[in-house]
Amino acid sequence: MSLHITSPAFKENAVDALANVDLQQALAHVERGFIHKRQAAVDALPEFEALRREAKAIKDHTLAHLDLYLEAFEENALKAGAEVHFAETAEDARQAVLEICRRVGAKTVTKGKSMISEEIGLNTFLEASDIVPVETDLGEYIIQLRGETPSHIIAPAVHVTRSQVEADFRRVHTHLDPERDLTEPVSLLSEARAALREKFLAADVGITGANFLVVETGSSVIVTNEGNGDLTQILPRVHIVIASLEKLVPNLEDVSTLLRVLARSATGQEMSVYTTFSTGPRRPGDPDGPEETHIVILDNGRSEMLADEYREMLRCIRCGACMNHCPVYHAIGGHAYGATYVGPMGAVLAPALFGLEHTANLPNASTFCGRCESVCPVGIPLPKLMRHWREREYERHLKPATERSGLALWAFLARRPKLYRLATRIGLAALSPFGRKGRFAWLPLAGGWTRHRDLPAPAAKSFVAQWKARS
Amino acid sequence: MSSPEIAGGKGSGRPRVGLFATCLVDLFRPETGFAAARLIEAAGCDVDVPESQTCCGQPAYNSGDREDAKAIARQVVETFEGFDYVVVPSGSCAATLSRHYPELLADDPAFARRAEALAAKTFELTAFLYDVMGITKVKARFAGSVTYHDACSGLRELSIQKQPRELLQSVEGLTLTEMTDPDVCCGFGGTFCVKYPEISNAIVTKKAATIAASGAETLVAGDLGCLMNMAGKLSRDGRKVRARHVAEVLADMGEGPAIGEAK
Amino acid sequence: MEGPLVSAAEREDRRRAAVFGKVRRALAGEGEGEARREAVRERLSRHKANVIPARGQVDGESRVALFAEMAEKVSATVERIASPEDLPEAVAEYLRAKNLPSALRMGADARLRDLPWQKAPQIELKHGPSDGHDLATLSHAFAGVAETGTLYLVSGEDNPTSLNFLPEHHLVVIAASDIAGDYEAVWAELRARAEKEGLPRTVNLITGPSRSADIEQTLLLGAHGPRALHIFVVGKG
Repeated sequence: MSLHITSPAFKENAVDALANVDLQQALAHVERGFIHKRQAAVDALPEFEALRREAKAIKDHTLAHLDLYLEAFEENALKAGAEVHFAETAEDARQAVLEICRRVGAKTVTKGKSMISEEIGLNTFLEASDIVPVETDLGEYIIQLRGETPSHIIAPAVHVTRSQVEADFRRVHTHLDPERDLTEPVSLLSEARAALREKFLAADVGITGANFLVVETGSSVIVTNEGNGDLTQILPRVHIVIASLEKLVPNLEDVSTLLRVLARSATGQEMSVYTTFSTGPRRPGDPDGPEETHIVILDNGRSEMLADEYREMLRCIRCGACMNHCPVYHAIGGHAYGATYVGPMGAVLAPALFGLEHTANLPNASTFCGRCESVCPVGIPLPKLMRHWREREYERHLKPATERSGLALWAFLARRPKLYRLATRIGLAALSPFGRKGRFAWLPLAGGWTRHRDLPAPAAKSFVAQWKARS
Repeated sequence: MSSPEIAGGKGSGRPRVGLFATCLVDLFRPETGFAAARLIEAAGCDVDVPESQTCCGQPAYNSGDREDAKAIARQVVETFEGFDYVVVPSGSCAATLSRHYPELLADDPAFARRAEALAAKTFELTAFLYDVMGITKVKARFAGSVTYHDACSGLRELSIQKQPRELLQSVEGLTLTEMTDPDVCCGFGGTFCVKYPEISNAIVTKKAATIAASGAETLVAGDLGCLMNMAGKLSRDGRKVRARHVAEVLADMGEGPAIGEAK
Repeated sequence: MEGPLVSAAEREDRRRAAVFGKVRRALAGEGEGEARREAVRERLSRHKANVIPARGQVDGESRVALFAEMAEKVSATVERIASPEDLPEAVAEYLRAKNLPSALRMGADARLRDLPWQKAPQIELKHGPSDGHDLATLSHAFAGVAETGTLYLVSGEDNPTSLNFLPEHHLVVIAASDIAGDYEAVWAELRARAEKEGLPRTVNLITGPSRSADIEQTLLLGAHGPRALHIFVVGKG
């Protein structure tokens, strides 16, 4: 079973996204909401830059010692009574989850929001195995009703308008009185709350992701605002955590530092509403909590990243600030990327997880404006890493021939100053009679430019030539 | 070809500056090159424009063609390393020389240190004037309101934000009117704009709208690529805003045809 | 292909070995083994704090005031109570003001159970974990953090975790003297407690009532957890 990757059709996806009126209306909220809230939160904390530097250092240290921290985490989690399962591939992780569900006879599983679950295509897999997965994060619930994937790593339904949500609820919640007013988000929320409350209480297994795995205590940490992740993990008999191996953080002090940058970068909150540390299953005498806790630790390509220049990407704490600040994401949203992870972080991560041959468009679809790197709480040089993918693409001859030959011609000239002077002199002279208006509305070979904007006409004679003639 | 050793008139005491015009200024906007030269001279430097300059190699570098990018970088190092300073009227090309050449040539024993040395003396034009030469005022007149766009590389790789604004404020008759989000990308992105034309268009459409909404008559920026993108969109959309390189306004050369206007 | 004869345990071992093998190979260039082990041991045992924001580093009443200010900023409500004896009436007043039935669920925490509930005889008291149908529950916080107005609640018979998430209204009692400046101070206390009784299964850091902005970025309270979080701060800081 493999995930459906639509990145090869990125350009077509993007064109469709630009023409999608609902999507464009929904995307306006990203630009307005996240950016200003983040800035306000950053401004309110003088130590924010110092915390960012420390957050980066914590992750670098952990990654450089990841083998040892994995050993220690496993030991401490076992000590706390959890079971730890390692998964080299997405398939291993799916099987590990299925084995647990089968053993306990699970019919329904509730789920907290987890990008790892999306990465390994867990819902489709569980459904095919006759287990009903119920997403409980409001955004995830909405996209599950719509049969979609998340378009944003922390706001999965950011591409949906409220009237679309209303239509989806009316379609699925057939008991709804047609007279009932659902036009306001608050009534939609009440409906989802009531519908999901029954699911929480009925589920056999709860599956959550983890924002962090704390080595010192063997705990998993989830950070949410709704409380759905907590209901998912305390009510069912079995709690399964699925997390990738770079989620490890050495100790509680380190987690505190990361928490201080996470919510501020993500939603502009000083702290998310619920930050929950879970350590093993319920203790003797505990009146609630799961009887079994399983932690599935997924590699799926990350150990290879650890060995090369993409190790820096493993610092990512999934705040979404990079996509919130990305002009390309603002224009087309997340689905066009077509590979689970979207925006700048997706453009770096997706090729490593799903193969460059399917995802080469993603690291190319960036203006390199650098705003992502400037807001990244763990200092990931996203443009640099995207450029590295372009280098690999070039080395592996994955670029289209026309683009390659155009660039090659330019580089050929740029490396030969005398020829460059000659060629540009001839070129400018040849174009000169056509550019009298000062600009071109159309020019052969420049269609990508002139389809949407005028092209200022080149000079009749180059600056260097004019300068030489002057002196 | 004039050699740097001769160009400065050794012993004059004036810093010798190699002007790296950039390929876009060279081919599309010589006015910007002359304006930059005038500003550098007025700041007390001697200017030379080496004829063997071509392109900084960014198209190759950002397209993953590292070998060509390295070859071009070596050539730029050789052409410009003899000057006291290298000044570039573009934040993005200046950043290529000062931030990326050292990384590109780090493994090249013959060039690693030379690339570092070149990087250390390469500056974007307004940063050179303001930060290096201590120029905070220019003698220039420009009637009307101007809005300044922060081109991305200059802003985020070289922290150019205050320098052009302070200098623009000193121009007689000029009113600086900020647009909303001047630090948001215009959608140019080098080869990005022709590779993903629809996305680029969506971004520059928004940008053109915020520029127009500022009410300013003239758009000014420090990078010709971004300016050509925004000017081309403004004129296609029939908006009246004119576009100029910041050097032209600062050098008192803001009278001629704006970018994309008939000469 | 792994055949049916391979046991689940063997499969687990293989997967584990595969992951560890790859991670170790990726880090082969990281240097000498003992130095790395020492760095990890040190990090795990020394609990060195990183930068702690100055904001929370205030004492006494200023700390309590900061806690209240930060909690209110995230839509919690905060009520100061002079003595625990006053709680039953304060709770009754809250329920009345919110038009809630006079019913309240709580755990076995003696600090709550032994209050003079006879002062508010109309309140129907229930005990134990929530079945999902309680409108109001009462918990005693382990600690608070002034820096962000955050409560620490720990699982156990005293304060079942389900009480934190299932009601519409979550009422939390915290002693003013249990409000710390920063998270690090609370972790130190929890570690001290863990030495004796082990770390609780669940530690909830709660900062305001439940919310969601998943529909058009419109902030709404009470997504799945409580719509209201009311904090009684008891005593002086």
